[in-house]
Amino acid sequence: MKPSIWVRIDAGVRHLVPFAVTLALLLLTAVPTRLPAFASIAPMLPLMGVYYWAIYRPDLLPAWVAFLIGALSDIVAGTPLGVNALVLLLVQGTAASQRRFFLAKSFLVSWWAFGLLAGGATGLGWVLVTVLSGRAAEPSPVFFQYLMTLGLFPPLTWILARTQLALLKDV
Amino acid sequence: MRAKQSGAVGRLATLRLLAQRFAFLSLVAAAFLLMILGKADIFLIERTRALVMDGIAPVLDVLSRPAASIAQVVDQVRELAALRQENARLKAENQRLLHWQTVARRLQNENSVLHEQLNYIPDPDPAFITTRVIGDMGSAFGQSMLLAAGSADGVRKGQAVLAGENLVGYIAEVGEHSSRLLLLTDINAHLPVMLESTRTRAILAGDNNDRPRLKYVAGNPNIQPGDRVVTSASGAAFPPGLPIGTVVSAMDGSIRVDPFVHRNELEYVAIVDYGLGGILPFTERPPPRPRRHAPGGEN
Repeated sequence: MKPSIWVRIDAGVRHLVPFAVTLALLLLTAVPTRLPAFASIAPMLPLMGVYYWAIYRPDLLPAWVAFLIGALSDIVAGTPLGVNALVLLLVQGTAASQRRFFLAKSFLVSWWAFGLLAGGATGLGWVLVTVLSGRAAEPSPVFFQYLMTLGLFPPLTWILARTQLALLKDV
Repeated sequence: MRAKQSGAVGRLATLRLLAQRFAFLSLVAAAFLLMILGKADIFLIERTRALVMDGIAPVLDVLSRPAASIAQVVDQVRELAALRQENARLKAENQRLLHWQTVARRLQNENSVLHEQLNYIPDPDPAFITTRVIGDMGSAFGQSMLLAAGSADGVRKGQAVLAGENLVGYIAEVGEHSSRLLLLTDINAHLPVMLESTRTRAILAGDNNDRPRLKYVAGNPNIQPGDRVVTSASGAAFPPGLPIGTVVSAMDGSIRVDPFVHRNELEYVAIVDYGLGGILPFTERPPPRPRRHAPGGEN
């Protein structure tokens, strides 16, 4: 039996959720908070979004979407074009190819793996920015941004998991 | 029959896997291509960036409003807590400033007399636009902000951006209705400056740290923490004397400057057109503006 048109529209809209949520995380990062010293170490929320969806719904957040979100993030953040695109693409690729390893494991393992992956991602970002601008970028904000991202991983994962349960359970 | 079918399915799966690998690798290649194209300052890339920026600006504009209100409430609570201290500080400052006012009045009189004697032509009053900060992508890889004014409002690349009297950065990208402010702390920001007291020239170079570095200091001056850093006229980028910050540490080889205005304090900024070349080449020439005549300049 073919599902009715409404069911298909419903499923189609629900399939946009991973992309929409990651995009919302990106926009959220861009809102000026005016908190002292926060701006240069704000957590990399889109990175967490891409990591989460690459593990749990790689069909709905494929590599090219990660690439697109990265390129958009480059434009909004003013980083050299292509840096975040490459970083998020590689994060998506790595997480999606290792997802079988994650799916059965505990949350702590997933956090630890995210730590490794995010460390690689920030390191790669730093290297790319340094090479592209021809000058060594200050490493300390990069390090604190990494710690901030790592610290925010559990609550954000909880929110993303709730979102997935609420909207994408059966589709 | 079944074996044949499963063979076909297997081949199809292999083919799909190959296609996926290929797509992934081409995306990686595309990212590197973007980096190279972006580095080469290609007009198309710049145009695309501006277009996307314009597209996203209205969303950020709406999002930044409640954020600004929340920040305001937090500020007010913080101010309320420190009211007594603040009052004492302001009283002391007021006393000091009243003294400075007397000095300034005397100097102003003296200055106007000297101007008249020299037939001095004053600099034209700069045109400026005040605009809101709508986007501040927290990033350790760059220090820039999105502003809610673009080329339609007369913003051009290279114009100075001021908060109050202080220089905070300059315009690096311009869209139709939005623009990007590159802060002096960004790794790509370089600016000719001088130390106010000794007139020593140097280059202020950001490195994504909150405190940019002084480089290429002319001569071998004695730089002390607390020295004021202002713009210099070299390179005809900005008018000389715009305040930037004070020297905070002056160890050998690494002089750090603390800007007067920090990134988190920016809500409204002024984009000022001094009619000079700016730090980046203008995409189009600024329209000529009539210069004012000096008082008594015609006799």
